[in-house]
Order: sequence, then C-alpha cells, then structure tokens
Amino acid sequence: MIRLRGVHKAFGEKAVLNGFDLDVPRGATVALIGASGAGKSVVLKHIVGLLAADRGSVSVDGREVAELDQQALYALRRSVGYVFQFAALFDSMTLAHNVEMGLRRIPGLSRRDIRRRAAECLELVDLGGLGDRYPAEISGGQRKRAGIARAIATRPRYLLYDEPTTGLDPVTTTVIGRLILRLREEMGATGLVVTHDLGTAYEVADSMAFLHEGRVRAHGAPSEIRISGDPVVRSFIEGAPELMETMA
Amino acid sequence: MAGKTLDFVGATGRAALRFAATVGEWGVLMQDTIRGLRAVRIWGKLVFEQMMRIGVASVPIALFIAAFTGIVLALQASYTFTGAVPVYLVGSLVGKTMIIELGPVLTGLALAGRVGASIAAELGTMRVTEQIDALETMAYDPAAYLVLPRVLAGAVMFPAVTLLASALGIVAGWLTAIQLLDMSTPEFVRGLETFFVPFDVVFSVIKSFSFGLAVTSLGCFFGFRTRGGAAGVGRAATSAVVASSMVILVFDAFWAAVLL
Ligand SMILES: Nc1ncnc2c1ncn2[C@@H]1O[C@H](COP(=O)(O)OP(=O)(O)OP(=O)(O)O)[C@@H](O)[C@H]1O
Ligand SMILES: [Mg+2]
Repeated sequence: MIRLRGVHKAFGEKAVLNGFDLDVPRGATVALIGASGAGKSVVLKHIVGLLAADRGSVSVDGREVAELDQQALYALRRSVGYVFQFAALFDSMTLAHNVEMGLRRIPGLSRRDIRRRAAECLELVDLGGLGDRYPAEISGGQRKRAGIARAIATRPRYLLYDEPTTGLDPVTTTVIGRLILRLREEMGATGLVVTHDLGTAYEVADSMAFLHEGRVRAHGAPSEIRISGDPVVRSFIEGAPELMETMA
Repeated sequence: MAGKTLDFVGATGRAALRFAATVGEWGVLMQDTIRGLRAVRIWGKLVFEQMMRIGVASVPIALFIAAFTGIVLALQASYTFTGAVPVYLVGSLVGKTMIIELGPVLTGLALAGRVGASIAAELGTMRVTEQIDALETMAYDPAAYLVLPRVLAGAVMFPAVTLLASALGIVAGWLTAIQLLDMSTPEFVRGLETFFVPFDVVFSVIKSFSFGLAVTSLGCFFGFRTRGGAAGVGRAATSAVVASSMVILVFDAFWAAVLL
C-alpha cells in the first residue's frame, strides 16, 4: 500500500505539492490526473525516493520512504517498476539490454533466464524482434513501450506509470491500457497511473484522483469523476478552460 | 565608496561560500563512491571498458603533445646552453622535465579536456534525460555504476598514459639532439643519467594518479549536477574542464612543495 499524507514540495520559490494526500491500496490501480505542470511526475518520484518531501509523509507498505537506509531503499525500488514519462531508456544499450538491467539485480537468475524474460517482456509490448535496436533507432511510441517492458521485467509488486499512453496511436493506447489491466490481473501488481488520457484512466483505474494546485481536488471512482459537478474537474475532463473562468 | 567596498566584500563572501558548498557536494559524491566499492558486482565489469575509453583512446593525443614537447625542449635547451654549459645537459633537461613536470602536467591538461569533458557531457545527458533516475529506480547505485568505473580507470590510466608520453618525449628529444644539434647518443644518454633518480618516476606516477582522480571525479561531479537540457550539458562540460585544469595546476604545485 502506498500512502502519501500532507506532502509539501517546493522547488525554490515554486510550491508544487501543497498538502497532497493519496492512498493506493494493495492490488488497486489508481489514476492520477491533472493539468500539465500540476506535479504528477513529482508525486511519483517521491514514492521511490528520487525526491524527498519538504514536509509530510510518504510511505510504502507502512515504511517511511525518507527514513529507509540505502539497502532498504534499494529493496523497495526492486519491488517497484517505474515507467518514465519520456522512457528514460539507457541510450548506450540495446532494448534487450535495457530490459535486462533490472533482472540482473535479482540474485539467482541465470543468464539464459534473464535473456528469455527480457525477450518475453519485449514481446508483451509488441517489440519482439527489436531487442537488438538502440533507443535512438526506434520511434517515440516504441521507446515508451520499451520503457514499460523494462519496468515490468522484474515482476514488481508496484507499478508506477508516468503517462504510459501519451504520444501513442489509438490502437497502441488501447493495447497498453489492456496490458496494464492484464499485468494487474496476472501479477496482482498495485498500480498508480499518471495520465492526461482520460480514456485510459477510465479503463484501467478503480479510482481516480485529480491533482490541482498541489492537492487532490477530487477523488472517486471513474464513474463519479466523470459526472463530477466541480467546475475545475469539469473543465479538465471536458477540455473547456471557459468553465474555470466562470468559477473565478 | 563604503557601499561599494561592502558590495565587494559581500560578493566575495558569497562566492567563497558557494565554492565551499560545491567542494562539500563533491565530497559527498566521493563518499558515496567509496561506499560503492562494496558493490563489486555492479562496477567490476565496467572498469575495463572505461580504461579503454579513458586511457587507450587518449594515447594518440598524449603522444602527439609529448613528441613535440620533447623536440622543443631539446632545441630550446641547446639554444639556452650556448658555450657556457656542457651540451650533454640537454639530455638532463629533456629527461628531467619530461618525467617530473611536462609529461604529467601536459598529459593531465590534455586529458582534462578530452576525458573530463566527455564524462561530464555523457553523465550530464544521462541526468537531464532521467537515465540516472532510471538507474536508481532499478536499484543501481549511480555512484557505483557510473562514477567508480570512471574514477578507477582514470587513476590507473593517467599514470600509464603519462609514462608512455614522457618516454616518447624523451625519445623525441634524443632524435632531435642527434639529428639537429650535433650531439651524439652517448652524450645525450650521459645527460639523461646524470641527474636521473628513480624517485622521479614515482613522483610522476603520484602526480598523474592524482590528476586522474581529479579529472574523472570532477567530470562525474559536474555531469551529475547538470540541470536544464542541452545548454546545461554544455555548461557541465565546460565547468568540468575548467575546474579540473585548475585543480591539476594546484596539485602540481602542491606535490612539488610536499615531495621534492
Ligand atoms: N527537479 C526539479 N527542479 C525544479 N523544478 C521541478 C523539478 N521537477 C519538477 N519541477 C517543477 O514542478 C512542476 C511540476 O512538474 P511535473 O513534472 O510533476 O508536472 P506534471 O504534472 O508531471 O506535468 P506533465 O503532465 O506536463 O508531465 C513543474 O512546474 C516543474 O517545473
Ligand atoms: Mg509529468
């Protein structure tokens, strides 16, 4: 279970999170939506300790992330798969090597197992056969999918997806949405999906949280968010800035 | 007037504080790197590749510089020594200077440009494209995975390249002496031997070892703290080269003061 309570985070003068609360219960998939620049990626980085909160608590399985020593932090990170917004593939390595990186950190896996599992993961995101390519040699959407393959390779208990479907064509978007659902069913992974793609959010999430001005402005099942009467939420899901203005 | 003086004092103070803070951050990175030594499984396999990239690939430029330095040293020594000083001392001057000063320092400065900039740019790009974050999320300690192999390779390869360069510089000086200066080989060798002490080589190794540590660790340091896209990567590379060149010159004076 991932739990954030009263998280404050500022970069210099700029406050990004301002008393942010979120629970991701075990086995659930939560979608975090919000405008560009709202701080969604910043939230994900707190969960794996890439950023430290100025104030407030971030815990995974009941343990404060900020208080973990290096060993424990790496143990936590091994149980989390992180899909970066811009893939963040290691550009000096082939796709297969990228996917293998996480697997090499698991004790007791033979070379052959590592290679086989990496190939399976690439297959799962329709990149079978492209394992020998370098990140610079594939398209943006393919890179995104390779990033997903890399994140799921170790079969982590938690999966954090930062915009898994942005920039993908509609068919691939659906494929990725289904993949997220399937990973959850097969591996029982707990998921936090950051997205502005509402279609994917409605499809994969048990609940949705809407991040606005550093806090969760609205929280609920997709069916509830969809019919929310809050003008800020309505403005976001209808893509209608006028609605915000009528409120102001 | 008083206002201006205060401004100046304030600015100097702030610069000094910033400098101290930067040195502190570098120290933290080095601490992490030393702690990373335990994780041999992460860095062990990467050192060889870095030795190739940092050391072997730098041999041509180092040899090029050393050869011309050796030639110039021989010519200028003979020009300076007209009549009053025995000519075989050209050999002494070439040997001594190549081994204890110009070999290590010129090689160090050349590699500061070549190696320092390339490390800073590579790691800086990894930083701004979140590849370093990705490493961390995959439970790789970036200090062990990225910094250690480079620093170890630098510590080993700078002395190796330096010794090679010094040797070639002496050979170039010798060829110059016998071809252009009417000296004989025995004369040149006599000069070489007269003032040579084995400690000179140790001194050269100590110096270039410290230069290797400085250039690679500063390259990693400035790469790691890169912010802000392509321009940031450029700034990181520049800072790495400037800082490591300055540190090389300071270390050079330091070792001369302490060990000679
Ligand atoms: N390392 C950092 N240093 C300084 N500012 C940062 C840093 N990371 C994020 N920010 C700032 O925090 C704010 C939120 O960034 P974040 O990347 O979380 O937005 P986001 O909600 O993910 O947006 P998008 O949907 O466009 O990805 C931005 O204004 C950004 O400038
Ligand atoms: Mg983002």
